[in-house]
This record gives sequence, structure tokens and C-alpha cells, in this order.
Amino acid sequence: MKQLLEKLEKKDIKALAKLITYVENNPGIDIVDKLPTKGAKIIGFTGSPGAGKSTLVNSVISTLRNKGYSVGVIAIDPSSPFTGGAFLGDRIRMKNHFLDDKVFIRSMSSGNSLGGLNESVFDVIKLMDAFGFDYVLIETVGAGQSEVDIVYVSDIVVLVLSPGSGDEIQLLKSGIMEIGDIYVVNKSDLDGADYLKSYLEAIFSISNKRKPIIKTIATSNSGVEELVKTIDLLLKEFHKNGEIKIRRERRLKKHAESIITRKIKEELSSLEVTGSINTVVKNVLKRLCDSF
Amino acid sequence: MKRKIRVLIAKPGLDGHDRGAKVVAKALRDAGMEVIYTGLRQTPEQIVKTAIQEDVDLIGLSILSGAHMNICKKLLQLMKENEIENTPVFVGGIIPTDDAEELKKMGIKEVFGPGTSLTLIVEKIRELFSEVEA
Repeated sequence: MKQLLEKLEKKDIKALAKLITYVENNPGIDIVDKLPTKGAKIIGFTGSPGAGKSTLVNSVISTLRNKGYSVGVIAIDPSSPFTGGAFLGDRIRMKNHFLDDKVFIRSMSSGNSLGGLNESVFDVIKLMDAFGFDYVLIETVGAGQSEVDIVYVSDIVVLVLSPGSGDEIQLLKSGIMEIGDIYVVNKSDLDGADYLKSYLEAIFSISNKRKPIIKTIATSNSGVEELVKTIDLLLKEFHKNGEIKIRRERRLKKHAESIITRKIKEELSSLEVTGSINTVVKNVLKRLCDSF
Repeated sequence: MKRKIRVLIAKPGLDGHDRGAKVVAKALRDAGMEVIYTGLRQTPEQIVKTAIQEDVDLIGLSILSGAHMNICKKLLQLMKENEIENTPVFVGGIIPTDDAEELKKMGIKEVFGPGTSLTLIVEKIRELFSEVEA
């Protein structure tokens, strides 16, 4: 383990990959705590399945690489709640960068978390930061309405929307619509993109908030330069007004909470209550008692 | 916590017939493994880099173009250069029996031809994984 950590400092890709596997399989082992933070910019991308997150991330990587930055990517896809298996296919959209040594792409499964992120993502971010990437991009599972955990791990959240996903009532709902710092209307060459943008503007005007809305076509890099510029500007602003500090504190707090929740769950499963649950279920089915 | 098996399913070369790769990927997923799918037309270099970054336990290749001898040779050589030659490689696709023998001599662990049952593939992959883990 010590050897791997030393190799990590020498920017050994294989050591980074092995350490990620290690923290994924051993939650709660504090090998990353002593690692230096090198101030990577952590950008989260979220949005519904098929909105174009992976393709947009691919295009953002290209733009960052053109500026000479190194990029770490964490691409998360769902685990099966039934078998625990996962089909991790975000990488397919990022083929352009497979041979680039300054780009490291790691696919992760969401595990059994409900917020759309695996607990070990906190540690994986730390590892990537310590490795020295300028940017760490996190792509969440295709989010529905309530997977908002990305907010707790990133400095900035980019919410990716695409036309055809409902009217302005959808945009008024709580949850995912609240968490974007930057709103992207992707696939903006499709019908309905301008409507979506004006809906968003209308919603912001009601809530008296102004958030950047950017139209992109990820497949042809259109609008992505502007997106990257906006990300950087907003980050600078966050550094100035102290928002970044608040967010990093929030991240630590959330990490602590997730550790505690896991420990409680472990305790619970060691109590062997499942046996008695089964008897209760049988009795309820036989109408011998009710579920309480 | 039990470790999940991570498998890379890659489609090297120029053929676009990826149904087999997808069927196998889904079967492995349903068997509780984490499957990373590279998509079509990958070079051996891309496959090796992906295998390193994703730190996979096994690599599966789906080849129906007839170029299996060249591709496998190149891949195994690159794996050696990158010091990941201990990662087992299995191949699926249209592979003549003689070639299958040759591939195994070369260092390919398993060759699954048409008609192989998914249960057998899952079983063999579990076996290969436990051999590496041991």
C-alpha cells in the first residue's frame, strides 16, 4: 500500500488505478487522508439519462486539453439493485481521449446508494486531486428527480438538459432542478431547445435568481468553449465570495454522514434481524397480524 | 465486503457486429459483475490503456472479422510491455478450431465459439478470476 502511494506521487497511472480499486472495495480505510490536496477543480455533470452528459463531458475534455490542462474523469453508471452487477458504458462516448496520457477515465458503479453517487467517490476524488489533475469531472448516473448528491461532492454543478423532456412544470419541481450552477440546454439543434431556454429564463425570473444558461450541441463541440469559460468565471467568483469554502465544508460534512450511515447499516445487518423479518412477513401474509 | 469482478468487454478491429459483445456483457452484468464496454473499433493500444485505467480483472475480446490472430498477438505483446500480462484474456467470436488452439498457446485463456452457453461463459470467467485472485 505504501509503495502504491509513493508511486502515486510519481504520477504512476497504474498506481492510481489500483488505489481507486482499493478504496472502492474497502470503504472506511483512511489511506487517502494524508494525501496532499493540490486544488483540482471539481466539476459535476448531472441530468437525465440520454441528455448527453457523457458526450458533453467528452467535448469538455477536448476543450480543456486544448488549453493544456490534465483531466481526471469519474463516470458513474447504476448498479443493479437485484444482482449488484453493472454495465458501465459512459466511456464509449469518450473514445477520442483513450490514448491521451493526460486524460484518465474511470468508470464506477453507483453501488447501493440512492443519491446517485457511490460513497467511495469522495476518496476517488481525493486520489485524483493528489495525483495532480487540473480538473476532475464527475458524471453522475442518469438522474431522475431526486438524485442530488452530486451537489455535495463538486465545486460546481452543471445540469444537462435536452429538449423534449417536459414543460415548465417539470422545471418548477424540487430536487434536481435546484442544484445546477450552470444550466446547459444540450442538443440545441433539436426542436424545442429555444422553448426550453425561455422556460428556464422564466423560472429564474420568478425566483429572482440569475443562473447562466448555455446552449450546446455536444456532438459538434458547439457552445462548449463558452461552457468552459463560464465554469471558470463562476469558480473565480465562488473563490472570491467564499462560496467555495462553504461547499468544501458541506462536502466534508456529507462524507462524514455517509460514513456514519454505512456503519449503522453494517451494525444493523450484523444484528440478524432478517430472520425475524421473514417470520413477520409470513404472518402478515396469513393475516395473523399487521405490518406494525 | 466481497470484491466485485470487473470485466472489460472490448471490440477490436473493423467489424461492427457487436450483438455478441452486448449479449455477453449483459449476461456478466446479470451475474453481478461490473462490465465496462469500450464500444466498436478499438485498437489494442486503446484496449490496454483502458484496462489499466479501469483496473479490470479480466479482458474479453469479441472478434468476428477474421483478424483474431494478429489482434491477439499485438494485444498480448502490449500487455507484457505494460506489465499487465497477468490479466486473463478471453476471446469470443468466429474462431476456427485450429486458430483457437494457436490462440491458447499464445496465452489467450479461453476461446468461446458460437453456441457457447452464457452459463458456461459466466462459470469460466468466475474460475479465471479466482485463479488470479489466489
